[in-house]
Amino acid sequence: MENRVKYYLELADNAWILSHRLAENSSNGPFLEEDLACTNVALDLIGMAESIYNEAGKLLNDGTSGDDLAYRRSEWDYLNNLLSEQPNTDFAHLMVRQFFLDTFNYYNLTELTKSKDAFLSAVATKSLKEVTYHLRRSSEWMIRFGNGTEESMKRATNAINNLWRYTEELFTPTEADLSLREAGISADLNVIREEWESKVSEVFFLANLRKPENTFQLFGGKSGEHSEHMGYILTDMQYLTNKYPEAQW
Amino acid sequence: MTQLENQGPLWEVFIQTKAGQPFKHAGSVHAYDKEMAVENARDVYTRRGEGTALWVVPSSEIVAVSASESSSFFEPADDKVYRHPTFYTMPEGVKQM
Repeated sequence: MENRVKYYLELADNAWILSHRLAENSSNGPFLEEDLACTNVALDLIGMAESIYNEAGKLLNDGTSGDDLAYRRSEWDYLNNLLSEQPNTDFAHLMVRQFFLDTFNYYNLTELTKSKDAFLSAVATKSLKEVTYHLRRSSEWMIRFGNGTEESMKRATNAINNLWRYTEELFTPTEADLSLREAGISADLNVIREEWESKVSEVFFLANLRKPENTFQLFGGKSGEHSEHMGYILTDMQYLTNKYPEAQW
Repeated sequence: MTQLENQGPLWEVFIQTKAGQPFKHAGSVHAYDKEMAVENARDVYTRRGEGTALWVVPSSEIVAVSASESSSFFEPADDKVYRHPTFYTMPEGVKQM
């Protein structure tokens, strides 16, 4: 039970924190259409997070609501990976982060459609359609960056070099994840790693972009040890529930 | 939202609501290439079930009648009401004409 809730929270927090980063870009996009497109992706992710939070609340069965899980936890209780919380340094950082996570989500959800957990398999089936589109969009941006101008190539390379260090964590299973593996509930991250690497290589090949040679990696988010950015995200995100604890929406 | 002059060329968006229906002009989007134009059109115009098929066309490829020519193009039709087949009764069962 406990492990299943943790696994649910890991999935929901990844979508939730990434959606917050995308929402921050609202009205700051490079042009109107891209602004709307990023917000659309954010909304898809919020929808996915919401349904998983609500289900996790039900599993807890102690009066905790989906909103409580989204808005009323402390930093170390959030189990999202470090990559999701990295800032929108520039549009290349936003989109490289998105590409890495869309690729991960695509294969993770594909595996989860086969989950023995009926709820997870239903959520995965529903979200996979949305994520297929997200991945198509962010892959094309990679190719556009790489084959665009000198400046777009430089920025994309810079973003890849800065964000690569958070990719290995995506494939590092938590205890909760491993404990559910045998029951066929959680997705096998080794399978997803292989697919992720081959997709990223394929798109990088088309885009003339390169994986960094520096293979240094950082870990922590999935066990609640977040980067310095997380506190700022939560301050912003939880402002309303902190100021008006009884607020309803 | 900076650099208004650097948003890429304009594309016109046409949406088909159901198979068999004509494509209707919905509006326009900015985009740098075909893929981006289709995706932007999808994100701006078809998120609420507006359609099931989509065309985008570079605005520069559309040939239009200019305002100065419009009188010679359209006015001669104004006094020829007999060209409208309004004196016929619609056959039963025809839904779209």
